[in-house]
Amino acid sequence: MLKTFGSFVLFLRGMVTRTERFRVLWNRTIDEAILIGVDSIVIVSIVSAFIGAVTCVQIAYNLTNPLIPQSTIGYMVREMTILELAPTITSIVLAGKVGSSIAGGLGTMRITEQISALEVMGINSTSYLVLPRILAALLMFPLLVILAMLLSILGGYLAGTLTGVMTAQDYIEGIRTDFIPYNIVFALIKAVVFAFLVSGISAFKGYFTTGGALEVGAASTGAVTNSIIAILIADFALAAILL
Amino acid sequence: MIEVSNIEKSFNGNPVLKGITCTFESGKCNLLLGGSGTGKSVLLQCIVGLMKPDIGSITFDGTVYTNSKIDIRQEIRRKIGMLFQGSALFDSMTVAQNVEFPLQMLTPEMSAEERRDRVEFCLKRVGLENAGNKMPAEISGGMKKRVGIARAIAPQCTYLFCDEPNSGLDPATSIKIDNLIHEITHEYNITTVIVTHDMNSVIEIGEHIIFLHQGKKLWDGTKDEILNANVPELRDFIFSSSLVRAAKRVDDETEGGMAAFAEESESGGGI
Repeated sequence: MLKTFGSFVLFLRGMVTRTERFRVLWNRTIDEAILIGVDSIVIVSIVSAFIGAVTCVQIAYNLTNPLIPQSTIGYMVREMTILELAPTITSIVLAGKVGSSIAGGLGTMRITEQISALEVMGINSTSYLVLPRILAALLMFPLLVILAMLLSILGGYLAGTLTGVMTAQDYIEGIRTDFIPYNIVFALIKAVVFAFLVSGISAFKGYFTTGGALEVGAASTGAVTNSIIAILIADFALAAILL
Repeated sequence: MIEVSNIEKSFNGNPVLKGITCTFESGKCNLLLGGSGTGKSVLLQCIVGLMKPDIGSITFDGTVYTNSKIDIRQEIRRKIGMLFQGSALFDSMTVAQNVEFPLQMLTPEMSAEERRDRVEFCLKRVGLENAGNKMPAEISGGMKKRVGIARAIAPQCTYLFCDEPNSGLDPATSIKIDNLIHEITHEYNITTVIVTHDMNSVIEIGEHIIFLHQGKKLWDGTKDEILNANVPELRDFIFSSSLVRAAKRVDDETEGGMAAFAEESESGGGI
């Protein structure tokens, strides 16, 4: 465990020493941002909209006390979405989509000697292949989390009003009640931390793949499971430290 | 010239290279010959820096490569071109982009037009001037090897390393690849090191051959000397092929027949 952590730290150090030229790094980061961010918009949109909708309907189902105003449903949807669902669920979804893609891509490059080809050319392969992926994830995860927040709250609104469990006025009143701007900052901090964990762990698993196609599959699976576990541990740690 | 001095390498206590000392001469096709598992590829990877030897030193034209500072190693690596066993082309790039890649990364001072001209020249040199827009998945194994050679020579390398350039190719394509490597070596006075266990390659382009057996260097010489070498392991290796046995029989029966055989293969007749 300690040995793996030490290898991970050395892997990250190798990535930031002797980096490639800024222009190369920038172009690679933009390419990766498109793969990580733009290509994930549809899945993140679908997941977050339905999570908001389900949250709204289930809170309404449980909130039967006539003394509690209906606007509380909107308030709870907003709080749950911003604090937990948008950053954590989005990151878990991205761990599956982006994490497996990073680990599979790097693993394939490793077993087909493409990484060796870069090294022989005198190119720092971790700087060229891994750093842009991590930078792109750090850039795109918060943007996707912001999108997930908006769509989740919108999903709750549509579910609440279309199923008739509450009025639009109550929902809007609820989502505007006692708003704490720091919660947005907290969610974005979580998004950045989760982005680093998903991209870093997945790149580490993929980069050090040995063997053949079977091991590439195993590296992808390992990347997703380890990323999700890391997200959940970090989620608890950040909540305990920052809230 | 590359000088390898007393290289040793072991994995989990199992010695793979046992004190290899040899020299690879410039402007020649130097062949690392031996059976599977004799340490040829490990030695090649130690030379290019993909593996670190446990003991010993490697010198490129007088500059020590092993255990030197990263800047010196980078400088030498930028003079190295390598053709991998599986070609190792970047599968997300076209053939032309693959060849242009080392130029983009290693020679930022080159303009886009200069790079394009160089890519065209290299692709033409390996006979692939019309394949620039194809993806690696769309071309044959022989074409992939040629793209690999074009990518290796694009930044005007001083040292060319080829890891089993004929693996997975039919005999006719193998001879074409061998001849291409031979021509390029002489044309640009490159120090070429080829890992092979193919006797056809030995007869075609073996100007300097180093025979490895169980991690040790047992013999070195030229293709003209190899058939008469008095090393039992080398003789077992060479004459395991019935084709070479037949050629040797002809050589014994008709004095100098083997020389004619080699000359015929050099002139393009092959075997």
